[in-house]
Amino acid sequence: MEIVYALGIGILAASGVWLLLRPRTFQVLMGLLLLSYATNLFIFGMGRLAQHAPPILDAAVAAGESVDPSKYADPVPQALVLTAIVIGFATTALFLVVLLALRGQTGTDHVDGREPDA
Amino acid sequence: MNALLRHLVVLPIIVPLLAGTLMFFLAEARRRARVALALISVLTQLAVGIALLYLTSDAAPYIWPEGVGVYPIGGWPAPFGIALVVDRLTAVMVTLSATVALSALVYSISRWDRPGQPFHSLFQFLVMGLNGAFLTGDLFNLFVFFEVLLAASYGLMLRGGGTERLRLGLHYVAVNLTGSILFLVGVALIYGMAGTLNMADLAGRAAALAPPERALFDAGAAILGVAFLIKAGSWPLNFWLPGTYSIAIAPVAAAFAMMTKVGLYAVLRLGTLMSEYETLGAALFYIGLATLATATVGLLGAKHLARLVSYSVLVSTGILLAALGLRIEALTAPILFYLIVSALTTCTFFMLTGMTDRTRQTNPPVSPDDDVGITPAYVAYGIKKPSVYAADVDAGVAIPAVMAFLGMAFVCCVMLVVGLPPLPGFLAKFALLATALGVAGSSPTPIAVWLLCAAVLVSGLAGLIALSRVGMRLFWSIATRTTPRLRLLEAAPVAALVLLAATLTVLAGPVNRYLGSAASSLHQPDAYVRAVLSLETRRERPEAKKP
Repeated sequence: MEIVYALGIGILAASGVWLLLRPRTFQVLMGLLLLSYATNLFIFGMGRLAQHAPPILDAAVAAGESVDPSKYADPVPQALVLTAIVIGFATTALFLVVLLALRGQTGTDHVDGREPDA
Repeated sequence: MNALLRHLVVLPIIVPLLAGTLMFFLAEARRRARVALALISVLTQLAVGIALLYLTSDAAPYIWPEGVGVYPIGGWPAPFGIALVVDRLTAVMVTLSATVALSALVYSISRWDRPGQPFHSLFQFLVMGLNGAFLTGDLFNLFVFFEVLLAASYGLMLRGGGTERLRLGLHYVAVNLTGSILFLVGVALIYGMAGTLNMADLAGRAAALAPPERALFDAGAAILGVAFLIKAGSWPLNFWLPGTYSIAIAPVAAAFAMMTKVGLYAVLRLGTLMSEYETLGAALFYIGLATLATATVGLLGAKHLARLVSYSVLVSTGILLAALGLRIEALTAPILFYLIVSALTTCTFFMLTGMTDRTRQTNPPVSPDDDVGITPAYVAYGIKKPSVYAADVDAGVAIPAVMAFLGMAFVCCVMLVVGLPPLPGFLAKFALLATALGVAGSSPTPIAVWLLCAAVLVSGLAGLIALSRVGMRLFWSIATRTTPRLRLLEAAPVAALVLLAATLTVLAGPVNRYLGSAASSLHQPDAYVRAVLSLETRRERPEAKKP
């Protein structure tokens, strides 16, 4: 599972970096999106991958029994990812506004606001 | 009383948040109410900052005995909940940001804040992000406050519209979004290896890591460092900065003067806390020198005053990074003093550019009015496009002897930037160089110290040459000059900041003593760590008594 997960992050990040370095604003936007997806997956992976492991301690703990913490998923990265997604969403929306405004003003979608030949 | 004073720590975050939110409910026409709210908020922060300065000092040991105050949000114990931590460095930074914010705000009231609906709210959120970044004791929370501050800065930077501003705004947003992604990767790596995000907790756990994990942890710290260096504007991550800062309207650029300092603050705080100081330090020195060198070339090449001031921001970043990179503990106090002086200087200078631009209305380099297009936001809200360069409205109190005032202010700013006596720019650079040379003999790398001295002096000379050239063009070439009508509200903050700088010269002794104690507590992070983590034990004790 780890290797598939790592490959997925790697491909997302690599595509993201390539798109980020392209000259069209929409490509830059998609690059930022892919990079933030890769980052979100990476944060999630830093809590260690586990299947069928709840992030919350259950009734056994409340009853005072001793529990094995390795049977539970780490809740902190999940909370971090949630925050990162929200913030990333908001800032990407703002980037989109600037992108459209620049497109409307200059009539080109080049990141420098003019075609390199012109 | 003491219990109430503990809550002071959270005020610099809560007050601007409330003020900024409340303003959304005020109609556009209620400008006075909005301005009053903004002023009350910033003045409160200034008062809180000064109170924190006093309470963390040795003069008031009854609340926070070791000068470190911890405020656990929601009462959760430290490594699990998010804690706000105030120590001497934090108190200095909060006061500094409130000072800068107050002057920029007063300045903006005269003409720049119309339409005021988004401006004042965004301004408050910017200040909230700054204060939060200084106060937080949690790495992920630092990320959140960075984002608050950046989101507000995107809106503020784009103010005024215009194609050029949009183009540079797009670059600014893209660079900072990439920086945020790097920040997250660094934070995730650090959490994955150390299992905590609390800065004080990290300090202990980083040292205890096994070598393979330690290597990944260091990689995480380095990625985090890159994110901070983007914010601080260090070479080669700073090509966005001169354009962005010089195109932003004057009060916004003045407020941005604090933003590069946040990156430096983060480097300083985490560097001393996580003992990464040793490994990252050597690289910092060369990065700093490279920043200084490129900024000096930029200074000499810049034609427009605002662009020149932007390069002087980079010069100060370069000096600070290079001095940090020397890893001499005695240098930390002069570094802090230089940081304060350079923040005040660039703030003053940016405000001045907003006024000198109007003396040359025939030829403003990039006037926001030069585009005929309309930005979508103004169309959507049915607002007529505002013009900051429109004819001076005969409202407000004008000041006499405009050109004399501008000239005097310009000379003062030049003396501050270049470091000429009697203003504190000289004292700051002198203290930095004298301390560095004092320990050069015992330092393992005396050549580095000499390099730093040479670079600082050469950049000062280059700054003097470039600024005199611009000054001559601005004030002595009469042909294309018009005398603008300056209002008291825009002249007063500039004069006040210059006076404040002069006061810093007079009070340099006490200020440096305080900064010295701030520096020594930075280099002995035990008190900080103990104060944050002891909350946990304090909370456990009553529970232990129960059975």
